[in-house]
Amino acid sequence: MQDVMTICNYCGCGCGVYLRVDQGRVVGSYPSKNHPISQGNLCSKGWHLHEFIHSANRLTEPLMRKYGKLCPVSWDEALDYTTKSLLRTKKAHGSDSIGVLASAKCSNEENYLLQKLTRAGLQTNNIDHCARL
Amino acid sequence: MTNSIGELKGAEVLLVTGSNTTETHPQIARNILRGVDRGAKLIVIDPRKTDLAREAHIHLALRPGTDIALINGMMRIIIDEDLADDLFISMRTEKFTALRDYLHRLDLDEIATITGIDLQTIRDAACIYARSCKSVICYCLGVTQHTCGTNNVQAVANLAMLTGNVEKEHGGVDPLRGQNNVQGACDMAALPAVLPGYQSLANLEVRERFKAAWETDIPQTPGKSLTEMTHAGREGEIRAMFIMGENPVLSDPHLGRVEDTLQHLDFLAVSDIFLTETARLAHVVFPAASFAEKGGTITNSERRVQLCHRAIKPIGNCRPDSEIIMELGRRLGCPGMDFDSDAEIMDEISLLTPIYGGIHYDRLEGSWGLQWPCWDRDHPGTSFLHKYYFARGKGQFTITEHQEPREGVEEKYPFTLVTGRGSYHHYHTATMTRNSRRLVREYPEALLEINQDDCEKLGLQQGEMVELVSRRGRVRVKAQITDRVQPGTVFTSFHFWEVPINRLTIDALDPKSKCPEFKVCSANLRKVDHD
Repeated sequence: MQDVMTICNYCGCGCGVYLRVDQGRVVGSYPSKNHPISQGNLCSKGWHLHEFIHSANRLTEPLMRKYGKLCPVSWDEALDYTTKSLLRTKKAHGSDSIGVLASAKCSNEENYLLQKLTRAGLQTNNIDHCARL
Repeated sequence: MTNSIGELKGAEVLLVTGSNTTETHPQIARNILRGVDRGAKLIVIDPRKTDLAREAHIHLALRPGTDIALINGMMRIIIDEDLADDLFISMRTEKFTALRDYLHRLDLDEIATITGIDLQTIRDAACIYARSCKSVICYCLGVTQHTCGTNNVQAVANLAMLTGNVEKEHGGVDPLRGQNNVQGACDMAALPAVLPGYQSLANLEVRERFKAAWETDIPQTPGKSLTEMTHAGREGEIRAMFIMGENPVLSDPHLGRVEDTLQHLDFLAVSDIFLTETARLAHVVFPAASFAEKGGTITNSERRVQLCHRAIKPIGNCRPDSEIIMELGRRLGCPGMDFDSDAEIMDEISLLTPIYGGIHYDRLEGSWGLQWPCWDRDHPGTSFLHKYYFARGKGQFTITEHQEPREGVEEKYPFTLVTGRGSYHHYHTATMTRNSRRLVREYPEALLEINQDDCEKLGLQQGEMVELVSRRGRVRVKAQITDRVQPGTVFTSFHFWEVPINRLTIDALDPKSKCPEFKVCSANLRKVDHD
């Protein structure tokens, strides 16, 4: 068993949480006593932070719509089809016909990369996220 | 937040407006209540009698959408009582005279009528706030989710500057950020009109710097905001979308329109950890790794950039979003998409983003993070903002005038519908919390908060189903009789897909922030007879 320090994934408080890992599974969440915000406390969402990680409903394979239904495909197929579709739209309707939504649930690095991809790669400033919702 | 979370407990007066803090920011609420235990006075402005409002010394239960009138009234009283901080106003601010003249023309009795709060209560609250030099204002989406949201925030800023409560350890204006990394996503410029660190797209020098680092030109015209993209309709300009970790089909206002827009795109790709309502409409769905399966940094409400550690390897065939973006970037021919680690990405961020200038992984490892602005490697980070000067130099007073919400109550729609997060146990569209067994057990279904008086009129009993209708749609939901809402107002959350309340909400936006008016729309309801 091992405890890994991370930050809670729910609200903007940013509590320090230990995830307890047993044989490759996250089995518990515990507050950090010394973290400046949590100071040994968590809310009900924080105490049960680990519960959705191994949910049977998690997506585990890339999916692609074929004959109206989402079917499992390989990463290469999903990525290639996405690339082709985005390039086709860009060619037919221009860069500003593509829109991108980033996520307040993803890391700084991921948000940075996605806006870089949008601006430098797709050549549009059509990027936003749910800050107002 | 201009302050740090820990500083709240040292304040003498805490004014909380438009925030259900105990449910949506529990650890911030803990600091607020700790302050109250130490003798601080708590004033809560909220149409609902939230748990925090029950703890308040003064609860200003205003009519939804009348924040500006209330704050203008408080400012007028502060000036009348000679409690304004004249020295601060003359040294650190500008355009006060115009605001003062405007406030002098206000009729306080009219303000009491508009807000529905008696004048003496407003007077008490104003005096308590202004008499202390350690007064903090915390606000949340109850202030911003209005068509006059930007002006609501300006009114709050006026109030803080009027009393000089801005530049201090235990005084300031603190917007509470809702999601774990909404602050970071804004800092990183997942926004249509700025570059990382809120640098202007219009500034040639800034653009040149990014052009040199990214080895490519970047477009200059600001992009579309979220609601402009998701509400364009089937004939909209946007033809293809990539959505990472977001569920607009449940979270955006006027859902019928969102579905219509997304269903008619030529191409939609979604990256998420669950098959959300939005992912179900996609052509391609990428299985993303959850927070436990990746590293990276996130930035909390008090601007603290903190390191997350990977606990387990991605389950199944999942990949972190950073890998998905880089794979796509390389295939799309985007330069600079070959990073070996999150630390390397952060090095590029700090190079291009002055407020993150001194933030590097070796400094974050083994610490509790760094609060931006952190200009360089030797900078210790900043616990509270605007010490000695504001970002723009002098603080500017701006007159804000009361404006009625877009939809008023009328005969056909006599109720005011307020929406928001509604439970301690659920979060946003509940994609994660409803996959957590114990959280579902605690709060299994959507409830509509409705006042006892209204229930008697409608012949409604606790737990009976009602049909709620607005100009845009209808839902069926179980009634919860409570004194949390005033007569004529009903409240429910957007956590449950079975009760997609955003079918009813209005997509009228604040003209500047593009924030939708989730907090006020008119609705009607009737008891559903058993079929």
